[in-house]
Amino acid sequence: MASEGSGKALGVADTEPIIARGHTLETVTNKISSIILTRGTTPGWLIGFLIAFSMLMLLNLVITLLMIKGVGIWGIRIPAAWGFAIVNFVWWIGIGHAGTLISAILLLLHQQWRTSINRFAEAMTIFAVMCAGMFPLLHMGRPWLFFYLMPYPNPMWLWPQFRSPLVWDVFAVSTYFTVSLLFWFLGMIPDFATLRDRAKHKAGQIIYGMLSMGWRGSAVHWSRYEIASVLLAGLATPLVVSVHTVVSFDFTIGIIPGWHTTIFPPYFVAGAIYSGFALVLTLAIPIRRVYHLEDLVTARHLDIMAKVMLATGLIVAYGYGIEAFMAFYSGDYYEKFMLTNRLHGPYMGIYFMLLTCNIALPQLLWIRKVRRSIPALFVISLIVNTGMWLERFVIVVISLARDFVPSSWRMYYPTRWDWATYVGTFGLFFTCFYLFLRFLPMISIVEVRALVHETNEEDLRLHK
Amino acid sequence: MGQIFHRSTNMVSRISIYGAVLIIAALAYALYAIAMSPWYTNVGVKLQQPVPFSHRHHAGELGIDCRYCHTSVENSSFAGVPPTQTCMTCHSQIWTNSSMLEPVRASYRNDTSLEWQRVNALPDFVYFDHSIHIAKGVGCTTCHGQIAEMPLTQRAGTLYMSWCLDCHRQPEKNLRPKAEVFDPFYQPPSRLHAVTVDGMEFTDQLTMGRYLRKEYKVASLQYCSTCHR
Repeated sequence: MASEGSGKALGVADTEPIIARGHTLETVTNKISSIILTRGTTPGWLIGFLIAFSMLMLLNLVITLLMIKGVGIWGIRIPAAWGFAIVNFVWWIGIGHAGTLISAILLLLHQQWRTSINRFAEAMTIFAVMCAGMFPLLHMGRPWLFFYLMPYPNPMWLWPQFRSPLVWDVFAVSTYFTVSLLFWFLGMIPDFATLRDRAKHKAGQIIYGMLSMGWRGSAVHWSRYEIASVLLAGLATPLVVSVHTVVSFDFTIGIIPGWHTTIFPPYFVAGAIYSGFALVLTLAIPIRRVYHLEDLVTARHLDIMAKVMLATGLIVAYGYGIEAFMAFYSGDYYEKFMLTNRLHGPYMGIYFMLLTCNIALPQLLWIRKVRRSIPALFVISLIVNTGMWLERFVIVVISLARDFVPSSWRMYYPTRWDWATYVGTFGLFFTCFYLFLRFLPMISIVEVRALVHETNEEDLRLHK
Repeated sequence: MGQIFHRSTNMVSRISIYGAVLIIAALAYALYAIAMSPWYTNVGVKLQQPVPFSHRHHAGELGIDCRYCHTSVENSSFAGVPPTQTCMTCHSQIWTNSSMLEPVRASYRNDTSLEWQRVNALPDFVYFDHSIHIAKGVGCTTCHGQIAEMPLTQRAGTLYMSWCLDCHRQPEKNLRPKAEVFDPFYQPPSRLHAVTVDGMEFTDQLTMGRYLRKEYKVASLQYCSTCHR
């Protein structure tokens, strides 16, 4: 293989190409656009969509019931007033971070391996933020008054409490959603134009035509497109760090033992990227199989994502370590109790499950064989997702259920409606995701074409 | 491949982009206009009352003191709606055959209450006390408007929280000498019309207001729990 030598010549450790060889501009366009335009609605897609949609209807049911009866249908009882809703909020919003990291930071760092996975990672971000955003609104008890959170001139002459991190959350999450959506849409414009030109039906031509916003592929268009992409990437870059930092402030500003620590922002951000990459893997592995995209989303991609997971997982482990260390180092009675309560309290099973899922098992990723084994990666990604969900449960529930005064302690048990809400947001996520797979280009045609061009040029140059 | 869109689409898309901004601005203004309209706030809306009672006649032309009917205004949260007996103190002697007053006489005869429609009703989650406002130099007409010029009683303020806070944040804008609190024709000081307090002549509301605020020890209460107890 020619690349073997070239890799050494260039001093690159991993000589494997990012995407499989043998692709031309034509084949890339054909392959990705045919998924939407000629593959049609397959029975497998339909079944998956219907399952997701029925879960979405479950969410509909829960929300209706919640509007009628109030948040009492959930298991939240004082002192644990933040139950599943906040656990799920933090979990979903964390997942989104991988998409932004891949699309913004890795774009600015010219990491070419991002091109095949950025589109659906961004889609994942947007749908995950949609799911996340619902929880604080539903948790308010009177969701129809959600606009009280926004600073707008009102007849009460009241502003939101700007000193509250819950208000910072509103800004962080809504900015995040807006920038992610714009970034996602902007990236798809040239691809929409391709779909418009290739669509057979009038409806497809018109819809993709409108979405492509008059894209003709002129040099001016390309130049502006590049500038806008870099600008938006620059805007999105701080969001990767800031959003989950603000989410962690929801906890750190409070004085509850186990929340009031300075390690939270970095450790939350690392955890967010950790869980985000896990979900990208969970989604990418079946998708590349079903749509036969193994040559575009290669084993190398999965390997790199596994490494990112391993690295962020270690940061998270460091966070747990520091939490435990500081509990003793601070000498604070309640902090120490918080730790013993995690280790020996009524929720100790969950804490040990968390340590197993988030720290112990992902260490398998050190082994190259595991990173190259697709079933193993899939299982580990699911384990990490579970682990990160448990982490939020540990933070939210264990600290709240047993705070300062033993007389106010009370166990938190989720009700069936808690579970139904959680499952329901999966319905929302996967309904959106199925529609995305069916109607939007799940891999960036434009960027992969650019990559193919560069790879082929490189090969030609090296063959001379 | 033929063109999908007509040439005019270029113009339509441009208009829709700029139009979106205008439409959002117009919607925001419409919401504001609705929130401020009498249709929504009931300001200036005359309610159907059992008897067309005129404050202009009683408080303005005849000069009956507010407290003659609203007896508890100085020492209760509620100013008090007068019982029929209060009406009958005069109307047992004058206008005894007026058909307009028949509901009043019927109420007196049958010992049933006249069912007045509340003009200024605050929601139950708001604690409001008339007596403290009276005691601190807030005049009746400050909130109830030019009552002595209303043939039929109507709401003068929106009763929005912003309306309350407007004064609570800057009480000096509306304070008047305690002696003038019940004067329905009171005019705030101006260059043409001076108001005398403690031997001092004021020609400017803010200067007088600041003096009175100090004198009457008026706090600018803005805690949530001041009104939402």
